[in-house]
Amino acid sequence: MLKQWKRLKERITPTDIVMWVIGGAILALIIWGSTATIAAGRYSSHHWFDFVIFGLAQGSIYALIAMGYTLVYGVLRMINFAHSEIFMSGPYTAYFVAAAFYRSGFLDQHPLISLLVIFLVAMIISSGIAFLLERIAYRPLRTAPRLIPLITAIGASFFLQYVFRGLYGSGFQAYPVVKIFEGEWTFGEFRILRFQAVVILAAALLLAALYSFIQRTRVGKAIRAVSEDKEASYMMGIDVDRMISTTFVIGGMAAGAAGVLYALMFKQVHFFMGFIPGIKAFTAAVLGGIGNIPGAMLGGIFLGLIESVGPSLFLDGLGIVAPYQLKDAIAFSMLVLVLIFRPTGILGERLAVKKA
Amino acid sequence: MSITRSFWKIGLKIGLIGGVVSVLLSLIGMVEAFGQRDIINEVISMGHTLLLMVGIFMAYLAAKRTSSLGKTWVLFNALVTGILIGGCLILLLLLGNLVNLRAIFINASPVLYSILTFGQNIKTGSLLLILAGALIGLFAGLIYLMPNLMRRVIVIPLSSVMIAGVIQDLLRPTLAAWGSIAVVSEWIFTANGLSLQGAIALAIVIALILLFWSFKGKAIQTGMKNLPPRQQRRLRSIGFFILIIIFLALPQVLGIFLSEVLTIVGLYVLLGLGLNIVVGYAGLLDLGYVAFFAIGSYTTAILTSPELGFFHFSFWSALPVAILMGILAGVILGIPVLKMRGDYLAIATLGFGEIIRILVLSDFLRPWLGGAQGVGKIPKAFIGSFEFGRPQEIYYLILAGCLLVIFISLRLRDSRMGRAWMAMREDEDVAQAMGINLVATKLLAFATGAGFSALSGAIFASKLSSVYPHSFNVMISINIICVIIVGGMGSIPGVIVGSVALVGLPELLREFAEYRLLVYGAALVAMMLLKPEGLWPAEIRGRELHEGESKTTEEVLPTEGGP
Repeated sequence: MLKQWKRLKERITPTDIVMWVIGGAILALIIWGSTATIAAGRYSSHHWFDFVIFGLAQGSIYALIAMGYTLVYGVLRMINFAHSEIFMSGPYTAYFVAAAFYRSGFLDQHPLISLLVIFLVAMIISSGIAFLLERIAYRPLRTAPRLIPLITAIGASFFLQYVFRGLYGSGFQAYPVVKIFEGEWTFGEFRILRFQAVVILAAALLLAALYSFIQRTRVGKAIRAVSEDKEASYMMGIDVDRMISTTFVIGGMAAGAAGVLYALMFKQVHFFMGFIPGIKAFTAAVLGGIGNIPGAMLGGIFLGLIESVGPSLFLDGLGIVAPYQLKDAIAFSMLVLVLIFRPTGILGERLAVKKA
Repeated sequence: MSITRSFWKIGLKIGLIGGVVSVLLSLIGMVEAFGQRDIINEVISMGHTLLLMVGIFMAYLAAKRTSSLGKTWVLFNALVTGILIGGCLILLLLLGNLVNLRAIFINASPVLYSILTFGQNIKTGSLLLILAGALIGLFAGLIYLMPNLMRRVIVIPLSSVMIAGVIQDLLRPTLAAWGSIAVVSEWIFTANGLSLQGAIALAIVIALILLFWSFKGKAIQTGMKNLPPRQQRRLRSIGFFILIIIFLALPQVLGIFLSEVLTIVGLYVLLGLGLNIVVGYAGLLDLGYVAFFAIGSYTTAILTSPELGFFHFSFWSALPVAILMGILAGVILGIPVLKMRGDYLAIATLGFGEIIRILVLSDFLRPWLGGAQGVGKIPKAFIGSFEFGRPQEIYYLILAGCLLVIFISLRLRDSRMGRAWMAMREDEDVAQAMGINLVATKLLAFATGAGFSALSGAIFASKLSSVYPHSFNVMISINIICVIIVGGMGSIPGVIVGSVALVGLPELLREFAEYRLLVYGAALVAMMLLKPEGLWPAEIRGRELHEGESKTTEEVLPTEGGP
């Protein structure tokens, strides 16, 4: 008994204790805040339902962007910092298509066809940018130490932001409103804003398509092989360079589609629009365990939900004024909390420990 | 035959790339924005220079790629490249003439077209463009074929004239303050660009200096090397002494604007040196470094500002508290991330940085931290009755801080702790197996870095007399990372060079504000592709990155978007 205790004591370092105390304190605060909020009863079930739906919509967009981060991380072990600009480029370019459709009235007559075209344009542009980015900036750096591609990516991110600013201008452009998605659908006593439902549905479809593409097809299999072991897959006859390009293109397509969804939801585009969702999606990818595809989806949805529900649920009860301002702080605290207990993310693999 | 055909394709490919780049530069408005200003008065504008540089660079590249096939092909490919670039611009012109490009590309304005056609109508303009492209191509091809010395004597004076033209607004007022030199500057510069005679004179002078150096430089260098060691040492200490005098006199000479730039560079040097310990020495990628900068600033603000009214410390008594708070924060934020590695560490620290900023910004903590309005009325630092108020005076405060931090960094690097950090950077597991206490080593790295950052923050607060949450966003952390990597990881002079290059130069080019970050981004990418070890690398790292590569001494022409 004493011996076991001694062994346990040896295994637990003081830092572990500090970490548990920090983690425990955050958890206690969360639980206390939530019970206080619920006891106070300031929000009805309708409010909570709205929060959850908004969180899901936002989270599924994060999940789509996070796929790009996680796929690229898988094959190259690098943070593609410029992914947020890939995300921005598609919908920003597609805006001009959308605006033209809107002016000619085509958008209202054939909303589905127009949306399809808008999506296509955005996805093509985003994946094109991603392809060029890999070709020009990242390919020569395959063997460089880790930090160098990161700096390149940061540089590329600045460059792309300001190229698009130069091309399209620095103002906010209001995305045209699709009439059939205005208003709300009611289910019994709950009502959903239509465009939020559309965003969730579309994102879910895209995620499912993407996931089955990675899991089922030959190309998907090859991409997974490359992310397991580049050399071995090269010896198995896989064209590694091509697979890496393909990965960027797929990630770019997901980002472009996510961008249009984002534009539909927030109804505007801007050359700097990628920065915040980009960082959030990257956070989501890490939260789920970077390099892990289901992890990125899970992380994205988790983060979106926490951001939407968290401020009211955790902080309102503690008597904090304007809790909504702290939503990002909550998101990042959650990240730190998860990483304290699982240093490689929710679904993190051993790979993260070994390689990173 | 097939080989020659493929060589012909090189010119085609590079020419098309160059054409796309030139069209892009025109469409994002750089050509037009730079077209307002002349490099040489009434002769060539900055916008034309930009396109010219793209042309020369691309044609030179094409020439270099075909060098193995003889002179005719080199010239031919360079020519093709030049003509193709001109051709792409003509395509843009024709397209712009047919449809209204401005509906999408806001910078496709009539002014742009008139710059591209040299103010002529489309037909003459196109002819001129093709002609210019061909001339540029030939010029670049010839330059490539020249002997080394001749190439340098042509290229370097021309680029010097260009640089003098780009920073004319900086040179003119600075020179004008100097009495007799002012006459020279009046002669060289006009109100818009260099005067023609000034440009020619400048080019000739620089060419002469170059020629002199190339004939006599070797002799001087060997002469210095052959001096007895004692005299060499004396020479070096004299050099050091002169350097210190220059540093001390700098703000008095440079005037208020340049001194302000210097103080900003100095602050980045301080921050960079701190992060250099965390990232450069210990290899811990910290993207939330700005948090400690914020903590230093806000501690100073809370302790000294009468606006909040909690305390009434002077700057000097607040400074140690700020540094201590920074160190404490470094340890506290360091503990949870001890077990994380690589990207997990990066994103967790980024999260910390954001949490601090958001907390400071929130209404919730407003009574204590001032919220979005920040905290004002922070007193300046005093020594006796000397106030560190204007940039010229704050410069000395920052200089002292930099010297102190450089000294500490140097001593730390060569200490047992420094070696432990580097061992940890190379391989954590092996380092642990060698008996290094990872926990203590990591926490000390975080704490030291945070302390430097807090010092910088305290000076920053006193410099601005106020602190705002918006001064502490993620971009600052990212910029500091870029500074140390561009300078050279783990290298102390590298941090200084990096700050000057990434913070100082863009400040000087503030008038091109819109394109500052674009050029910055392109430069970062180019830098990482061409010289990944940094501008002034630490010795070991430079060697590591060039393992198995033969040393190339060939000079690389300035890349696209040079100014």
